[in-house]
Amino acid sequence: MKKEEVPQDKSNLASANFRELCYAVDENGEYMTANSTGWDPKTIALGNAIKEIEERVANAKKRVLEGKTSPVEYYMELHKMDIPILASYVGMWQWRVKRHFKPSVFNNLSPNTLQKYADVFEVSVQDLRSIK
Amino acid sequence: MKIDFTHKQSAHCENGVVSNLMRYQGFEVSEPMVFGIGSGLLFSYLPFLKVNYAPVFTYRAMPGFIFNRFAKRVGVTMKREKFKNKITAKAKLDENLAKNNPVGLQVGVYNLPYFPEEYRFHFNAHNMVVYGKDGETYLISDPVMEQVTTLTEKELDKVRFAKGAFAPKGHMYYPIAFPETLALEKAIVKGIKQTCRDMTAPVPIVGVRAMRWVAKNIRTWPDTLGTKKANHYLGQIVRMQEEIGTGGGGFRYIYAAFLQESGKLLDNQNLLELSKEMTLIGDQWRDFAVDASRIYKNRSGQTDAYNKVADQLVALAAKEEIFFKKLKKVI
Repeated sequence: MKKEEVPQDKSNLASANFRELCYAVDENGEYMTANSTGWDPKTIALGNAIKEIEERVANAKKRVLEGKTSPVEYYMELHKMDIPILASYVGMWQWRVKRHFKPSVFNNLSPNTLQKYADVFEVSVQDLRSIK
Repeated sequence: MKIDFTHKQSAHCENGVVSNLMRYQGFEVSEPMVFGIGSGLLFSYLPFLKVNYAPVFTYRAMPGFIFNRFAKRVGVTMKREKFKNKITAKAKLDENLAKNNPVGLQVGVYNLPYFPEEYRFHFNAHNMVVYGKDGETYLISDPVMEQVTTLTEKELDKVRFAKGAFAPKGHMYYPIAFPETLALEKAIVKGIKQTCRDMTAPVPIVGVRAMRWVAKNIRTWPDTLGTKKANHYLGQIVRMQEEIGTGGGGFRYIYAAFLQESGKLLDNQNLLELSKEMTLIGDQWRDFAVDASRIYKNRSGQTDAYNKVADQLVALAAKEEIFFKKLKKVI
């Protein structure tokens, strides 16, 4: 990549006032570094990945409202987690976390366990019980 | 207190922290040099491991490896500590800062407030330097950022004790013993040899053989997974290749910069020539990313387009195979 080819496309990096560093060659073929504001091919890839997550969140929300799963799954998706990550944060086995997705099991959880989830998701137990 | 520490932005966090810490100790080592000596360049495909619901593709060595290899090869002794609880972790950090010793920390990205929201995933192998404390605020030099930044005690606690794969457990490290002069020449040869070995390894999950395996799978994705998932997977490849930290072209440009610097240092004309070749390979990776992005941008599901990017990957594998065989001979 030549110095002039370092992409300066618009991207979400700008929201944090942030430019990343790239390596490129100058007119004499010497390597140097240059800042880039973003590059479309990867901005699109990231955008798609974010959209995918949003779809998962919306889907989880719908299923919570339909009574098919518990708010634990919704908050897990909202925090871009999967079961292994969530289990590691709350310090429980994965099968236990998975079991807590069942509304019938979730409704009978002890205040202690609910608090653990609430702490990880940074919401009150109240908000954990009923999602908005 | 504030330690007199020079922040220099780098493409990748791990090389950047090493390079910045070494500079503080009076040894000027560039980011590409750290990357090359630590044999950072790689290609690996781990279809049985999933991140963000897509298989793992990586263009560089495992987190921590670059660092360890670099330290070992140039003869620097590192002190590393991990902690069970946050209180000792914080006490040890404060103790080092009080002794005027900037330290490297391994942290999780998800709770880093200064990162753009879209970039905050549960990735736990990010690195930064803490170079001071002002009241209850830590002074942070995050090598991928243009400027230095700060984190509160609570924020730093949270990222140091992020959970999930590669959980940092408060991991803190800093160099404690140095050789009189850094023996870069020998270290460069060792670093290059290992990269050549890894890239041409006779196993399907690393090096050029992994690229061929990915290419083979890309051809079948639209049929076996459906267009949506196939595009998600393609997007993951491009993101791993180009996301913050690679310096562009899946680390190939940083590696070319390393070969150029080494060629001058060792007075080896062949390395300078090969550096140019690596730059061209990097350009070809960029072309691959552009074509792959066209597929997921238009959401076109024509098998033709998938075959085309697969062909590009096969061509890249062939080029890199020849390249690393040549590189092995000239060193």
